[in-house]
Amino acid sequence: MLRTNSDRTGRRSTVLALCLLLAVLAAACGKEGSPPVKGPKAEALPVYQVDKGFELPESATWRKAERRGHLIVGAKEDQPYLGEKDPASGVYSGFDIEIARMMAASLGFEPKTIRFRTIASANRETALQNGQIDYYVGTYTINDMRKKLVGFAGPYYLAGQGLLVRTDENDIKGPQDLAGRTVCSAAGTTPYQRIAEEYPKAVLVAYDTYSVCVDNLLTYQVDAVTTDDAILLGFAAKAPDEMKVVGKSFSEEPYGIGVQRSDNALRFALDDALEANEKNGNWKKAFEATLGLSGVPAPTPPPIDRYPAN
Amino acid sequence: MTQLPTATALYDIPGPQTRKRHLLYGIVSTVVILALVGWIIYLLFDTDQFTAEKWRPFQYKGIQELLLRGLGNTLKAFAYAAVLSLALGAVLAVGRLSVHRAVRWISTLLVEFFRAMPVLVMIFFIFVALKVQALPALVAGLTLYNGSVLAEVFRTGINSVDRGQREAAYALGMRKTQVTTFVLAPQAVRAMLPTIISQLVVALKDTSLGYLITYEEFLHAGKLIASNLDYDLPFIPVVMVISPIYIGMCMLLSWFATWVARRQRRNPRTEAVGVAPAESGKLLPGGQ
Amino acid sequence: MDVLTDNFSLYGKGFLGTVELTVYSSALALALGFLMASFRVAPVGSLRVLGTVWVTVLRNTPLTLLFFAVLLGLPRFGLVLPFQLFAVLALGCYTSAFICEVLRSGINTVPTGQGEAARSLGMTFGQTLSEVVLPQAFRSVIPPVGSTLIALAKNSAIAGAFSVTELLGTYRTLNELGYSIIWTFIWIAVGYLIITLTISALFNVMEKRWGVAR
Repeated sequence: MLRTNSDRTGRRSTVLALCLLLAVLAAACGKEGSPPVKGPKAEALPVYQVDKGFELPESATWRKAERRGHLIVGAKEDQPYLGEKDPASGVYSGFDIEIARMMAASLGFEPKTIRFRTIASANRETALQNGQIDYYVGTYTINDMRKKLVGFAGPYYLAGQGLLVRTDENDIKGPQDLAGRTVCSAAGTTPYQRIAEEYPKAVLVAYDTYSVCVDNLLTYQVDAVTTDDAILLGFAAKAPDEMKVVGKSFSEEPYGIGVQRSDNALRFALDDALEANEKNGNWKKAFEATLGLSGVPAPTPPPIDRYPAN
Repeated sequence: MTQLPTATALYDIPGPQTRKRHLLYGIVSTVVILALVGWIIYLLFDTDQFTAEKWRPFQYKGIQELLLRGLGNTLKAFAYAAVLSLALGAVLAVGRLSVHRAVRWISTLLVEFFRAMPVLVMIFFIFVALKVQALPALVAGLTLYNGSVLAEVFRTGINSVDRGQREAAYALGMRKTQVTTFVLAPQAVRAMLPTIISQLVVALKDTSLGYLITYEEFLHAGKLIASNLDYDLPFIPVVMVISPIYIGMCMLLSWFATWVARRQRRNPRTEAVGVAPAESGKLLPGGQ
Repeated sequence: MDVLTDNFSLYGKGFLGTVELTVYSSALALALGFLMASFRVAPVGSLRVLGTVWVTVLRNTPLTLLFFAVLLGLPRFGLVLPFQLFAVLALGCYTSAFICEVLRSGINTVPTGQGEAARSLGMTFGQTLSEVVLPQAFRSVIPPVGSTLIALAKNSAIAGAFSVTELLGTYRTLNELGYSIIWTFIWIAVGYLIITLTISALFNVMEKRWGVAR
C-alpha cells in the first residue's frame, strides 16, 4: 500500500514537471537578439588593417590555418573585459580578444573570421600541443615550467597580483591587512599559494572559478578576491558601484600568447606583430576600450622577450 | 494521500478518538509546513528574486537557445554513456561468468575497482591526466562506472533465473553460449529491466558532473547566465528554471522504471525469474 | 612516488577534509533520513506528503545541481556560512533521501504480526516501537545504510571539485606545482579506497554483531 501511495505522488509530480517543461519549450519564441550587456563599445574599438600579402610558409600552424581559411584561437569566457563570452550571442569580447584580433590581422586573416574556443586553464597546454587551437590568448602567465611545454610570444601585458574588495570596505588596503579576513581565489593557482605562504593569517577560500569568488564577495561570504589585477579590473569595471581594486600589485605576471612549442616561426611573427601594434597605437586604443573602462590609464606595454629558438 | 498506510507493524486501525487526534496533528503540521513554505516565498520576494531585471534574460532567443543547446549536450552525453555502459556491462558480465579463471579474475577486478572509485575522480583522471576532451572524458567516466554496476546487475539477473531453465536447455543439447544467449539472457534482461533503467537514471543525473570539467551541458549554460554581472547575477531564477527540467527528466525515467517493473511482473515470460523492483538505493550514484 | 612524500601534509589535509565532510554529512543524513522516514510512515497525512515530496525531489536531483543551488543560491538569502558547512548541508540533505528509503523499507520488512503481538500483550506505542519493531528493522538495514554511506563518501568528491578542502581538490595544487599528474591521482584514489574500505569494514563488523541472517 505504501508503495502505491508514493507511486501516485511520483506520477503526479511527473505530470507537473512535464507541464513545466512544455511551458519552457512553448516560451522558446522570445525576443530576438540578446539581453543588453556592458562591454566594450564597438565604435571605440580599433580597426585592424589586414596584412593581405602576409606569408609565413615556414610555420605549420599558419599553413594549416591558411588552408582552412580562418584561425582558431583559444580564449577564456568568464573574465569581463579580458576574455568574455556573451552567453546569449556567443560573441567574445575583451582585451585578450582584441590582442587575438590584432594578431590575426597581422597574420593576414580577417579578424571577424576568427573562431574562438573556450579552453579551461588546465587544458591550455594540451590544446596547443594537439593543434586544436592555433594560438591562445587568455591571461596566460609566462613561466619557465610552461615554456617546457609551449611557446610564448610577448609578453603583451604585465599584470600583478591585486585585491578586489567591496566599495564599502575601508580596512583592506593591501595584502598586509588580510589577517583574519577571508580571501577568495581560484583553487590551486599561484595567487592562492602566494597568499597561503606569505600571508598565513588570512583565511583562504578557494573555488574553481573567479566568477564564483566575485559572487561570494558580493554576498558577503568573503572580504576580498585575489588574483591578477587585470582580471580584477575587468570585474570592477562591470560593477564599479559595488567593487574596487585596492593596493599596489605584489607580483609580476607577464601575459603571453601561447603557441605550439616547435612553431618558432609563428612565435617570432607574433612578436613582430605585437611590436608593430604597440607602436601604431592599436594596443593603447584596445586597452582604453576594454580594461581602461575601469578608470585605469593605459600602461606602457612590457618589452617583448624574444627568447631564442629551442 | 490521506488514507492510512495499512499493513505496517506500527499501528492498529485507529478508533474514533485516535482519528480525531490525528486530524489535530494533521492540521498543526499542515500549518507549520505552509508557514515554512510561506517564509521561503517571503524570503524570495524580500531578496528581490522576482524583479524584472533578473528574469529579463530568459525572454531572449539567444538565452533560450543557449539553454536548449546545453540540454541537447546533456542528452547527447547521456545517450552515449547509456549505450556504452550497457555494452560494457554486458562484456564484463560475460567475463565474470566465464569458465576461464583468468578472464573471470580480470573482470571481477575491473568491476570491483570501478565500483569503488568515485565516478568524479575517474572523470577528472581521464580529463586532466590523460588529457582527453571534455565530452569523451565525461562519457568514458560514466561508462566505466555504470558499466561495472550494470555488469553486476546482469550477472545477478542471469544467476537468478530458475535452475530448471538452465538444466532443461543443457538437456536439449545446447552449448553454454547458446544457453546464455537464447535462454538465460532474455529472461534475465526482462527481469532486470527496472534496475537497468534505474541505473540509467544515475547516468542521467551524473551527466551534470560534466559541468565540473567545463563540458558545455545544461548546468554549464545555467551557470553562464547566473554568473553574469550584466544580468544582475540571477542565480535563484536560473536554479528555478533549470532544476524542474532536470528533476522532471529524472523523474520521468524513474517513473518509467516503476512502470516497466509493474508490467514485467505480470508478464508470463518472467515466470522463471523474480522481477527486481525499481526501488531504493539503486538510484543513488555510487550506491551498490 | 615522491608526490606523496613531498606533499604529505597537503594530502593529509585533503584526506582529513574528506573524512570530516563524510562524518558530518553522514550524521546529518542519518538524522534527517530518520526524521523523514518517520514522517513517511506517520499516521498524519500532511507529514507523509512532506516526506514523500522530500524523497522524490531529492532522489531525482543531480547532486551537482544541488551543490550549485546550495553553494551559490543560499548566500542570496543573506546566509553567510563557511564553504564546508554548505557542502555538509548539500551532501547531508541529498543522502538523507536515500537513508529515508532504506529505513522505511527496513520498517516494512518487520512482519505485521510482530506489532500486533506486541500490542496484544498490552505494550504502548512507544514500547512496541522501541522494543519490538525498531530492533528488528535496525538489523535488516545495516548493510544498505553502509552502502549508502560509502556512496556518500564517494560523492564528497564533488565538493572537492568546487573547492580544495577535500581529497580530490588537492590535485589542482599539485598540478600547478608540476608533479606527475598520474601519481597524484593514484594517491587520491588510494585515499578514497581507504575511506570506503573502512566504512565497509565497520559495517561488516556491525552486521556480524547485530545483523540477522535471513
